[in-house]
Amino acid sequence: MPLPVRMTCLYRNCDFLAAAAVPHEISDMNKLNRMIAAGVVAGVAAVLAMPPAQAAPEVSHFKLANGLEVVVIPDRRAPVVTHMMWYKVGAADEPPGKSGIAHFLEHLMFKGTAKNPSGRFSQVVATIGGQENAFTSSDYTGYYQRVTKDKLKEMMEFEADRMTGLVLTDEVVLPERNVVLEEQNSRVANNPGAKLGEEVQAALYLNHPYGRPIIGWRPEIEKLNRADALAFYKQYYTPNNAVLVIAGDVGVDEVKKLAEETYGKVPRVAEVPERVRPQEPEQRAVRTVTLADPRVAQPNLQRSYLVPSSTTAKPGQSEALEILAQILGGGNNSRMYRKLVVENPVAISVGAWYQGMALDDTRFGVYGTPQQNVTLQQLDAAIDQVLADVAANGVTDDELETARTKLIADVVYAQDSQATLARWYGSALTSGATVEEVTTWPDRVAKVTADDVRNAARTWLDKKRSVTGFLVKETTPQEKRS
Amino acid sequence: MMSFAPRVFLLAAASLALALPAQAAAKIERVVSPGGIEAWLVSDSSVPLIAINFAFRGGTNQDPAEKPGAAYMAAAMMDEGAGDLDAKAFQGRLERNAVEMSFSAQRDQMRGSLKVLRDRKDEGFDLLRLALTSPRFDQDAMERVRAQMLSALRRETTNPSDIGSRLWWRTAFPEHPYGRPTNGTLESVPLLTRDDLRDYTRRVFARDRLKIAVVGDIDAKTLGPVLDRIFGALPTKAELQPVPSAKMDAVGKRLFVPLDVPQAVVNFGGIGIPRKDPDFIPAYIVNHILGGGSFSSRLYREVREKRGLAYSVYSYLLPLDVTALFMGGTQTRADKADETVGLIESEIRRLAESGPSDEELEKSKSYLKGSYALNFDTSTKIASLLVQIQLDDLGIDYIDRRNGLIEAVTLADVKRVAKRLLDGGILVTVVGRPQQDKAAKQGG
Repeated sequence: MPLPVRMTCLYRNCDFLAAAAVPHEISDMNKLNRMIAAGVVAGVAAVLAMPPAQAAPEVSHFKLANGLEVVVIPDRRAPVVTHMMWYKVGAADEPPGKSGIAHFLEHLMFKGTAKNPSGRFSQVVATIGGQENAFTSSDYTGYYQRVTKDKLKEMMEFEADRMTGLVLTDEVVLPERNVVLEEQNSRVANNPGAKLGEEVQAALYLNHPYGRPIIGWRPEIEKLNRADALAFYKQYYTPNNAVLVIAGDVGVDEVKKLAEETYGKVPRVAEVPERVRPQEPEQRAVRTVTLADPRVAQPNLQRSYLVPSSTTAKPGQSEALEILAQILGGGNNSRMYRKLVVENPVAISVGAWYQGMALDDTRFGVYGTPQQNVTLQQLDAAIDQVLADVAANGVTDDELETARTKLIADVVYAQDSQATLARWYGSALTSGATVEEVTTWPDRVAKVTADDVRNAARTWLDKKRSVTGFLVKETTPQEKRS
Repeated sequence: MMSFAPRVFLLAAASLALALPAQAAAKIERVVSPGGIEAWLVSDSSVPLIAINFAFRGGTNQDPAEKPGAAYMAAAMMDEGAGDLDAKAFQGRLERNAVEMSFSAQRDQMRGSLKVLRDRKDEGFDLLRLALTSPRFDQDAMERVRAQMLSALRRETTNPSDIGSRLWWRTAFPEHPYGRPTNGTLESVPLLTRDDLRDYTRRVFARDRLKIAVVGDIDAKTLGPVLDRIFGALPTKAELQPVPSAKMDAVGKRLFVPLDVPQAVVNFGGIGIPRKDPDFIPAYIVNHILGGGSFSSRLYREVREKRGLAYSVYSYLLPLDVTALFMGGTQTRADKADETVGLIESEIRRLAESGPSDEELEKSKSYLKGSYALNFDTSTKIASLLVQIQLDDLGIDYIDRRNGLIEAVTLADVKRVAKRLLDGGILVTVVGRPQQDKAAKQGG
């Protein structure tokens, strides 16, 4: 299970803006939040690698009678806990015509219950100096608090209460819908690169709901209402569709006891059907989309391929794709960077990524920004050559070793951050993986061979399974009406 | 008190308990190398990694007036080859050893960080030493980085956030280095030469302006010689260009830039309170109440929660070396920009005039005390915080004292400081579509 370093999430508040569309752009909100944190200080998350066996925390996993799964990740360095509730529901589970409801509901979950009305939960978290947030992806929705360990039970009581006790009125639903529309403006409508990202994803998925933006299509968001939110809530928010992840200074016995006393009392309120989504047919056409916008001052291109995820792949395939992305486009010594930016400089920047964690078939991406005298078509062809070369001739042992080192190092570095670990397990367990698959991931990465990587390139980097998006400047003057 | 003994091998300092809930076991030690280089250390072997964070005073404020972007480019070039290693060889060594090295040019300082696995630490230390003491600034690497900087600058020309932020700083500090963009301009970046970068690193990378913090699986005894190995060959004294003190201009102005985007971007800011001013901590609380973190600030409630005008609205204190600011921003629907700015201004005025309530003060203190510990959840964050405390000259016991400083603030303090901080007016920039009435006036 790959580390969710590139989680496609939407947060209730921008604590990070995930790579919804343009993986190589850094969001302003990241910069800002660092400054905000800074009257105190800056800092970015964790890193590095050690041999897989070493220092891996002893992760426990059990189930309550009502079906709630519980994962406990010990981290005794400080008397702090990260308490996360994950629901196995995301944007890909939305009914047709209601795109955005999973994310909208995530916002509305902060509006209160009969027992704890009007934001009392958030007020308590703020008063004790805790941190909280929530996020939505295609496959899951999550809520978390980080607090000192003596407050863990209180958090569990609040979270258990809002699992089935949400109360919504139009008075709070309607302003929040405007908040979400502004979020859509910030993330997408104001950003031509993000708009192209939505188009590429929509074109890639012919049948599967992964083609819908997590935040939803704007005309549908505008019509979402209280009844839609409650219907979705009642269908999916139930202990038998949730995973509780607790990382920090607490033992499994204590968590078990606290979980029984809080979540254990929440009845199953729904039987959740198996998550069977419409699947992709054979893809037969090389597709391109072009988004023209007068505000494009720097053209670029992004391509996505339809590929297996860690859940749908045969053994070893997903790990090989992970290594392939690293070798092709991870950093300034990657194949694409050396060939296209350094040796034959047609590009200013290039990269590759693989979104391994997903319930259904997922995406592998490459992107690039051309030099000023190079067209997007020329860059596109040059990228094709690099990919074809890997498919034909494979990768070197040195490249393989470097990529493995990097991926395994990331796992060690992740152990420096309990929140990162909690996210890793939570996203895996809500995307079809098991605890064991997460803990053995570094071993599986270590077993990938150069042949596996070449075969992954041959099999999956087939342009008929891809969409290439071009971002270009709109040159026809538009009539301005405001 | 700890006695600081330069040139004595190591361990000058009694250890100090990080009184945070979140690193209760950890101690901050002051380590002085045989060569006299000081670092603050939190030794912790629970994860096999070492994080080093450091800062040299003198950031983009050292850029020549006609060449903004020099320090920024130097930072971007630090992993593009050093010593005998060209960019490819240098990055190959970083990658093979999973070393993470980064540099960031800020207005008043250059920040750097290194993260290494314990078992590869020597490789990491050597690469950092090479980067600091003999960066190559090869022409081909410079041209690559220059192209990347220009590409980003082109993108900024049509990005409402960048347009707004640049306009704000240019207007607030027209004659001062703070008014210049830290990442340069489309005009200045083509002019930058290897000599400009060399001049910057030669003047700034020196031991007397260096602050270091180390967190992770290394003890004080081992760290001492490591500090000399990494930083020992740097010149003793920096040659910084003095930066004149700066007073913000254009307070009370509101500037508008038309741009055809669905959402208007608002930046605002006014005169703040210096980090060393006794009123800084009360001001920090006042800002928290107005627009600080958590989902409970006045701006969050009024602008987002009640009216749904924005997804994000915030304010923060930005104390710099030669000025202090109070800043904020939001993004809102084009047709609601005026209403939103008006609402923010009225909330600022209301807090300036009436001050916070007793309940707001108590809740904020409680939040700020409790949340401090949560900032210390990774080695890198702790190291970064310890460097900031050194830059701010707050003392090695600051973490211990900090919550007491918050606790001591009274309602009279925050009322007085709210007035001082918020009564001076703000400079506002708005980038977006003109609203109907304005458009009509412009004949559009």
